[in-house]
Amino acid sequence: MITEDNTFIDEIKNFIATKMTLPNPESNLIAVLHKVQQLYCYLPKDVIDMIAIEMNIPAAHIWGVATFYHYFNLKKPGKYIIAICLGTACYVKGSNKILEAIKEHLKIDVGQVTEDGIFSIQPARCVGACGQAPVLMIDEKIYGELTPDKAIEIIEKYRNKNNND
Amino acid sequence: MQDTITITINGKEYKVKAGQTIMQAADSLGFHIPRLCYHPKLSIEGACRVCIVEVEGMKNFVASCAFPINNGIKIKTNTAQLRRARRDIVELILDNHPQDCHICERDGNCELQHLAYTMGIRKKHFEGQKKNYDLDLSSASVIRDPNKCILCGRCVRMCTEIQGVSAIDYANRGFDTVVMPAYNQPLGESVCSHCGQCINICPTAAFVEKNYTQELFEKLDDESIIKVVQVAPAVRAAIGEAFGLEPGRNMEHETAAALRKLGFNYVFDTQFSADLTIMEEASEFLERVQGKGKLPLITSCCPGWINCAEKFYPEMLENISTSKSPMSMMSPLLKTYFAQKQKIDPEKIFCVAVMPCTAKKCESERPEHTVNDMRATDLVITTRELAWMIKSAGIDFVNIAGEAYDKPCGMSSGAATIFGVTGGVMEAAVRTAYELYTGETMTEIELEDIRGLQGIKEGQLTLEGQEIRIAVAHGLGNAHKLLKIVKQEPDKYHFIEIMACPGGCIGGGGQPYPSENLIPLDQNLLNTRAKALYESDRKNTIRRSHENPEVQRLYREFLKRPLSDKSHELLHTHYKAKQPQGIVSHMLNNLQNGK
Repeated sequence: MITEDNTFIDEIKNFIATKMTLPNPESNLIAVLHKVQQLYCYLPKDVIDMIAIEMNIPAAHIWGVATFYHYFNLKKPGKYIIAICLGTACYVKGSNKILEAIKEHLKIDVGQVTEDGIFSIQPARCVGACGQAPVLMIDEKIYGELTPDKAIEIIEKYRNKNNND
Repeated sequence: MQDTITITINGKEYKVKAGQTIMQAADSLGFHIPRLCYHPKLSIEGACRVCIVEVEGMKNFVASCAFPINNGIKIKTNTAQLRRARRDIVELILDNHPQDCHICERDGNCELQHLAYTMGIRKKHFEGQKKNYDLDLSSASVIRDPNKCILCGRCVRMCTEIQGVSAIDYANRGFDTVVMPAYNQPLGESVCSHCGQCINICPTAAFVEKNYTQELFEKLDDESIIKVVQVAPAVRAAIGEAFGLEPGRNMEHETAAALRKLGFNYVFDTQFSADLTIMEEASEFLERVQGKGKLPLITSCCPGWINCAEKFYPEMLENISTSKSPMSMMSPLLKTYFAQKQKIDPEKIFCVAVMPCTAKKCESERPEHTVNDMRATDLVITTRELAWMIKSAGIDFVNIAGEAYDKPCGMSSGAATIFGVTGGVMEAAVRTAYELYTGETMTEIELEDIRGLQGIKEGQLTLEGQEIRIAVAHGLGNAHKLLKIVKQEPDKYHFIEIMACPGGCIGGGGQPYPSENLIPLDQNLLNTRAKALYESDRKNTIRRSHENPEVQRLYREFLKRPLSDKSHELLHTHYKAKQPQGIVSHMLNNLQNGK
């Protein structure tokens, strides 16, 4: 087992194998990293090591590519990703205040994970629920017409849910 | 395609070889265009833009390192506008640089400093943002200081293209770009071999060796200990350069004299234990040829190579000679044989080694090298550090009268001298192995096939009818190439020498920075240093390790014979596979061909 979750290792290896027969296989590195992020939500270091060996690309170089593009997550995200809409409608309705309140409540910044690994915060652009602005989204469930207090209440519900699981 | 074409530089026509870049053509005509990220041995990066020139018909200035010449091209290299633009470029680099030159390791020997001088930067226009990163002190050999990095990428290309190690690369983007190992892990835990070539190639002080000079000055003041020092062969071939002497001057005896003036009680020569290494390694080779042990036998004196082998070639560790390096043979002998002879308490002996090498600092810290629970080599300084100490102590090195090395570990053969240059260990081993095996003295002892700076060299000899095939690689990139061949054809060679640094120890990561008109890896410079060692070998009346009378006496009085129990206890070691994150089996795709 190379990582705590090796469910997708074979899938990634097979994906790399299809790319390795193409000319200049190393140019498919970004596609491979996308695949990994799609499966793991981030790029685990052990998986980068595995890609380095499978694709014969130094890990330092893969790390360079992974850190260059903001799209790639390098840390394992929280169990619940709190996506706060910062689109125009939500922003006008004060979503930045909600974001600040959540950041203060969880004591983390955007893109970070709480120490217990339960929550991480991600900014989102419009999620198509402008009528209910301001909104946040957790596990693809949308919560609208928020105030800072309401938002924290929702987060605490998830915390309780996690503790009871 | 025409072989020669006509180009115009600064209003004058020249005939030059086609297929070159503007910079190469200008170089051949004696126009030195300023440059920073360019190095002839590395791929073109075009990152720094310092080498811009004006080309007629082009809207913008072009980077001359990357722009190919064509017939009729009209180039200007030194207009007022160009000079202004170049000065601005260097000034902007400087704005983000710490500008603490007076407390910097590279003060007086920094390419950026030199460039600022030649650009005529005398005024500061902008207070640029400064970087604020912690130093990476995790390696026993190399310090990484991202604050001083100007992102020219020479170290990245060196580590990838020449060394094939790829321990470092750019990470992050824009102003936050940092050259770092994978996962931002400490250098000491990465795939780094600690060869120190990043230090040699860096134009600033973003990579420097771990400096032990202050610690050593304090030890030299301590009268309760016996300060003993040994000097590696390649040090004497290069240390003069740090004092402005012409390259290639052998400073063997001057170095011994300066070390005594610094306060060392005994000054020994690593060449003595190089002869010993040959006795052990040649005997080991002959055992293996006779069926006891794995072939090909690979040399073990180079700590950069050993670091690399433990990380990249765990399956080949049995091929590597168990003989310790000359440095690590000398130190345990000083704390046993020499201590007994002089009736000194070995605990009181402080063993220092002056090496052309940064990886030797790592080697000295290896726990398996302890002798009677004492650390064998207590401290390692590089040629650069010694040169600084000599200057700092006010010793007139240029005019100093030469002195001999001390007995009983100061005498050496010419075979030991050439340890410092690629192919030298193999040549020395062959000279002795031949005689040990056949009982006859080898007459043609200068093995031209394995001399010179070609990346991989091959040779052969006959031992009583048996053909012995040998190979030599220098620079870890060449080692990777050679070992790829060995993996495909395990029987192709019997004996292989590998040195991590280009040129061998003379090009080591701890050698003096090149003086003003030279560049790191300069082939002529390496050749000149090599010549100094080959000449010293030729002048020596003893040219075979087994003829060294002090080595013979050591065996008679103490070790008994090569590969004896005592030898195994003090002079041999073992290797451990290490698997840091980020290992790639063989990274040949990234290595440049033919260099």
